[in-house]
Amino acid sequence: MAKQRVLVVGGGLAGLAAAMKLAELDIAVDLLSLVPVKRSHSACAQGGINSVNDTTRQLGDSEYLHFDDTVYGGDFLQHQPPVKEMADWAPRIIDLMDRLGVPFNRTVEGYRDQRRFGGTLFKRTAFAGATTGQQLLYALDEQVRRCHAEGKVEIYEGWDYLGPIVDDEGRCRGATAQNLVTMEIRAFPADSVVLATGGCGLLFGRSTMSMACTGSAASRSVQYGAKYANGEFIQVHPTAIPGADKLRLMSESARGEGGRVWVPRTPQDSRLPRDIPEEERYYFLEERYPKYGNLVPRDIATREIFNVCVNEGLSVEGDKQCVYLDLTHIPREELDRKLGGILHIYEKFQGVDPRDQPMKIFPAVHYSMGGLWADYERTAAGGLNPTSPRNHVTNIPGLYAIGECDYQYHGGNRLGANSLLSCIFTGLFVGPCIATDLASLGASAGDEQFDLLMRAERSKKEMEHKQLLDRPAGGENPYVIHQELGQEMTKAATVVRRNDQLQSAVDKIYELHERARNCSLSDTGTWTNQNVMFTKSLLDMFPLAKALLQGALARDECRGAHYKPEFDMPGIESEDPAERRQQAEAWCDKFDAKNKKWLKSTIATFDSKGDPTLSYEDVDTSLIPPRPRLYGIVGGDIIEQVWKERQQKASQAEPAGASS
Amino acid sequence: MTASATQRQSFDVRILRQAGPGQQSYWETFRIPYEPNLNVISVLQKIATMARTAEGKETTPVAWDCNCLEEVCGACTMVINGRVRQSCSALVDRLLEEHDGEIELQPMTKFPVVRDLMVDRGRMFRALERVKAWVPVDDYYDRGAGPKESQESQEQRYPLSECMTCGCCVEACPQYLKVEATRRPNESIEEHEARQTEAEQGKFLGAAPISQAILFNDHTTGGMISDQRLEALTSAGGIQVCGNSQNCVSVCPKEIPLTTSIARAGRQATWYSFKTIFDR
Repeated sequence: MAKQRVLVVGGGLAGLAAAMKLAELDIAVDLLSLVPVKRSHSACAQGGINSVNDTTRQLGDSEYLHFDDTVYGGDFLQHQPPVKEMADWAPRIIDLMDRLGVPFNRTVEGYRDQRRFGGTLFKRTAFAGATTGQQLLYALDEQVRRCHAEGKVEIYEGWDYLGPIVDDEGRCRGATAQNLVTMEIRAFPADSVVLATGGCGLLFGRSTMSMACTGSAASRSVQYGAKYANGEFIQVHPTAIPGADKLRLMSESARGEGGRVWVPRTPQDSRLPRDIPEEERYYFLEERYPKYGNLVPRDIATREIFNVCVNEGLSVEGDKQCVYLDLTHIPREELDRKLGGILHIYEKFQGVDPRDQPMKIFPAVHYSMGGLWADYERTAAGGLNPTSPRNHVTNIPGLYAIGECDYQYHGGNRLGANSLLSCIFTGLFVGPCIATDLASLGASAGDEQFDLLMRAERSKKEMEHKQLLDRPAGGENPYVIHQELGQEMTKAATVVRRNDQLQSAVDKIYELHERARNCSLSDTGTWTNQNVMFTKSLLDMFPLAKALLQGALARDECRGAHYKPEFDMPGIESEDPAERRQQAEAWCDKFDAKNKKWLKSTIATFDSKGDPTLSYEDVDTSLIPPRPRLYGIVGGDIIEQVWKERQQKASQAEPAGASS
Repeated sequence: MTASATQRQSFDVRILRQAGPGQQSYWETFRIPYEPNLNVISVLQKIATMARTAEGKETTPVAWDCNCLEEVCGACTMVINGRVRQSCSALVDRLLEEHDGEIELQPMTKFPVVRDLMVDRGRMFRALERVKAWVPVDDYYDRGAGPKESQESQEQRYPLSECMTCGCCVEACPQYLKVEATRRPNESIEEHEARQTEAEQGKFLGAAPISQAILFNDHTTGGMISDQRLEALTSAGGIQVCGNSQNCVSVCPKEIPLTTSIARAGRQATWYSFKTIFDR
């Protein structure tokens, strides 16, 4: 038997962590990436990475509370065991990254410094300047380079994953990929393939994501039978700098460090922001959410900013939607020390110094909570079995999904500074699980018996490539179709979703998909043809776009980042105690009914044309019972009280019920 | 912004193109409708959509490298109006002020051209391997936190750790010369890379990897193999090749104190050389 190998696709935090851990377990690794791994999208994460730590523990924090915050923030749409495991691992992960030399910010005494992030009340976030993602990515990149120098990892940069290779028994035996420079197509035999290919922001045209985040690797896998889950859950980041080529992230740490969001009370006030007196400014987050203020979770901040601009007409500019994010009240030295990196970004791309003038920002698509469906095996204690081959495997045996391209950790919405954690955690965790799987396999994809399969799959991809190049001239322009796709998706499926708009977007996307099949290439060359690679990824955006829109259309509720005003459950306005109580009871009834129907993951499977069919999967909520997510809702106190009483009653009734 | 810039309808972009390695390069000009707040990336995106020159001739889209568009990934370096920089942060309004009415784009000159504005910068990543730019930890199990570190030390290491291997420093360096092993017919990707790597042996490392060597020598655990890094810095193509022109530091988009790193590397290398002489 040839030596078993694992193919890791994607060289961001998740892929690098997996490659490094697998190498440590003495498994041969091939690491495949579209871009040189050091240039992966993980580099863009600014804010930090979460874990309970020695100081927050003394304030009452615990792994359990981190777990609880994550589940609550995700509106209970996650299976709880993986999230619990992640929260339990978090402190060890920060320690490991610290050992690997990440220059985390320090206290005077030399400990790691922490800050507070949206969605939590503890200072749980470790950070390295304003480029934590870059620093973590580099530390892992360095370790993988070391593994490469030691001959444990082969690195294939500039290769595009074309799809898994699945044998007659349905097991993944490798993948096909295409070199972006030579256009060569190869089969990579592998005994397991780990997809760590990130999010799909480019479905929306412009987003905060990098140009490689097309979602095509996930799409190419679902077209081979992998299931896609919770596609409709897309996080829109509240604060981004609107640009012509992309929307640039303005980290939440700008809010975390005291940034204040406001608009002038007079619509399109033409005065300079500094000349507008305090009383003529509308600090809408602080007024509406006194407890959290500017630190409300992402979905709330996003919706409020959207609302203030679109519905209340208070956008700072007449022809462009934006609000002020103001840091000018904070001393310059403090800003430079804590937020230097992100302020530099604003300066660089807008030509304005945010230390002197408030920044103009608006929400932008930022993170895909949904992704490839992946399994797990829980322990009796509610965590994950640390070596189970089921953890993170898709429904195709041998094909694993980790990082942003899996759907496990963030549910309906992701807490700030949890994405870096989930990527590194899944990367490290999946290693021993794959090792178990390989040990039971008893064959190697490098064995002769699979040669025919490898060759057949390669020729199939070569044929598809040739067919694309042979397209007749005069057809559709792929870049124009991508723009149209982006506009449609942005209009119908970002902050606020309405069924009529979603339905019309579904129709439009099916139509665009047809048109995309008739794209002509302006470049038919056989060397570094970016045109043909773009067209391929464009075609593969449609199955995911369809799943996303149809999932959103079907889901008649509000949950996490998915907000439909038609199904909103407003708070309790009444002042009369009896009436308040009654309304709160009714609210809780409605909440219960909604959960019975919708506390389920959307699962999409695809036919040969790339059209999805939806079904639903129950969520494991056995560790923390679902409760209303009440950040700042009017009358939240009475709802919470009623809810707690009901929970108490139910738990008292349970033992009696069990004995009868 | 000048009045002419705000009132202009369109502007021209001249691009030095090349179909592949070893092929003849040629210029092509594209006419772009003016909009405020464009950067070079959005210009290249428009060219991809048009695929037509200023004279109306049909052409292929221009190939170029990019990913994050936020100046963190380091992918989109090119020579813009004669100066090496990231194309995502090169703002059209400023470029037009610099060079009235026309923008000129060229690939970096110190790396083999792959196609058009796209070059092969593998040599820079291989150089990181030469200087062992990593912390040599025992394993990836849980062994508690890393070493304590003073704020001062973190503030010194952090800027060096922002290096995105973009290549600006070596493009501007008079001592860093292009090494190109042109691909032979029927040569595999791996065979070609091996020949390219061999050709790079003993050639100048450049500022970025030298600065990375210092970054890891400054780390408590990383410093445990500082001798191995200094061995690389003092061998052929090491620190002694630096001619101290200071061009690297002036073009670094991250404002990394590269010359300070080089000076520190020089001092550490000198001590290391003495030590190895007396150890013999």
